[in-house]
Amino acid sequence: MRILEGQGVTKYFGGLAAISNVDFHVDQGEILGLIGPNGAGKTTLFNLISAALPASSGGMRFKGQKISGLKPHRICQMGIARTFQETKVFGNMPVIQNVLVGAFFGKPTHISGAAAANEATQALEFVGLSATSAAPIKDLTLAQQKRVEVARALATKPELLLLDELMAGLTPTEVGEAMELVTRIRDKGITIIMVEHVMKAIMGISTRVMVLHHGEKIAEGTCNEISCNKTVIDIYLGEETHAAS
Amino acid sequence: MGFLILLIAFVLTFPLYGGARTRVLITMLVYAILAMSWAMFSGTTGYMSLAPAAFFGTGIYTTYLLQNHLPLPIIIVAAGLISFVLAVLLGLVTLRLKGIYFTIFTFGLVVFIPNVVTYVEGEVTQHHGWYFNVLDRTIILYTMLGLAVVTVLAIYLIRRSRLGLAMQSIGGNEEAAEHMGIDTTRTKVLTFAISAIFMGAAGAVLAPSLSYSNPTIAYSAFYSFVPIVAAVFGGMGSLQGPIVGGLLFGFLEKTLKVEWNTYFMLGFGIIIVLVILFLPTGMVGLVPILRDKLGGAISKWRKGREGEQHANT
Repeated sequence: MRILEGQGVTKYFGGLAAISNVDFHVDQGEILGLIGPNGAGKTTLFNLISAALPASSGGMRFKGQKISGLKPHRICQMGIARTFQETKVFGNMPVIQNVLVGAFFGKPTHISGAAAANEATQALEFVGLSATSAAPIKDLTLAQQKRVEVARALATKPELLLLDELMAGLTPTEVGEAMELVTRIRDKGITIIMVEHVMKAIMGISTRVMVLHHGEKIAEGTCNEISCNKTVIDIYLGEETHAAS
Repeated sequence: MGFLILLIAFVLTFPLYGGARTRVLITMLVYAILAMSWAMFSGTTGYMSLAPAAFFGTGIYTTYLLQNHLPLPIIIVAAGLISFVLAVLLGLVTLRLKGIYFTIFTFGLVVFIPNVVTYVEGEVTQHHGWYFNVLDRTIILYTMLGLAVVTVLAIYLIRRSRLGLAMQSIGGNEEAAEHMGIDTTRTKVLTFAISAIFMGAAGAVLAPSLSYSNPTIAYSAFYSFVPIVAAVFGGMGSLQGPIVGGLLFGFLEKTLKVEWNTYFMLGFGIIIVLVILFLPTGMVGLVPILRDKLGGAISKWRKGREGEQHANT
């Protein structure tokens, strides 16, 4: 079943098309990897799905329901949660309270204080940060703050989770832990779209990969199909190998 | 909370100490109410509002308009409601602005609204200046005290509620707050308007003690700066901070300004700078420091005594 579907999604910044006529879909229960060079429009696509930005044209459906034109808080309450490329935590609160915000406000129905506290504790435990619960969030490392963002998003009880470069800036060990975390989230039955530059992570856990370049979708398929795709190698993978050598 | 009870007891018994000081106490309470309600919205969300004078002045104007038609308690409620509605309308326009643009816009209101009132008075009612039916100052003092207590309780409850958490998350990161399911526009407009209730009500209570006012005096920008100065001075982050700041600022202003007008503002300016530099949590930040120091000294002294007793036995 298609949980999210976009048709002709387009976003202009002035005269520049950051996302140009992109058709895409996400199947329930999969991990969709979203890759492409810098400036390809990956984060812009996330911003359009989560309604941080209004689309210039095109439409999107979540579980068959039209979501274009909704406000970000409504999108969240419908069941689409996200994290941010540059962490956006509530710096004026302790860790647990960051997660509590998601538990309190992220659902369409009213939730009691005790239930919210319970869910927040569980979400924090799920990402393995119970020990830092009472610490000021600013005291955490980047990897930990990213995990708090994941916990906060999970506390909203999403069906679809958008992870924006969860692994950027992490050490190889932390990348391994993050991959394991993403798989566990999928195993909970949550569908995932992840933007990532860490190829090992994308190729390791994605069910399917979509490649953006200059705002256009240039390829889509399983990891094997993508890593053999000539255009992708020329534009993106080749570039990386080149840069690495 | 214990400190609040002490304060109430102090104010209740005040007429016993001599009536001349009632005016000072009223001012102290007004400043505390303004500072508390300002900090509730601006201190938490990070939206620096310069609008308090707009609501405070509206409260004074409300009393002027209604004083011959309604009893004071109803006028106070009416002033609160009018300020609330005014704040909702203004909030819907201004709260889409961020940072300095929001601040300047709110300040624009403080300049704009009294001019509208003056124009209306000049063109429509042909009345200039507002005279108030004089009321016993002690009654005004107790009413103001009641309002201050209501304000403290309301803000205390809001801080603990989910509305308080929503506000705090806007202050932490507004974009993230939106994506966590918070209707940020609604939260901001609502809390901005709630804070306006107390500012308007304070103006309405104060009005009968003024005997005379006019749009320029009532909407003086001074009332927009008082809450900020008082809140920063006392400490913005806590519930007590703005109360302490407001009371202290009111007291210092009313008692010292009489004798040393210019030097008072100069001296107070220096104190504010020192507080900002060395006590980022305001005057209330002194309490834990003093407690640590005193506690340390006391336990040392106790240990010393115990040691002595030990030696004696």
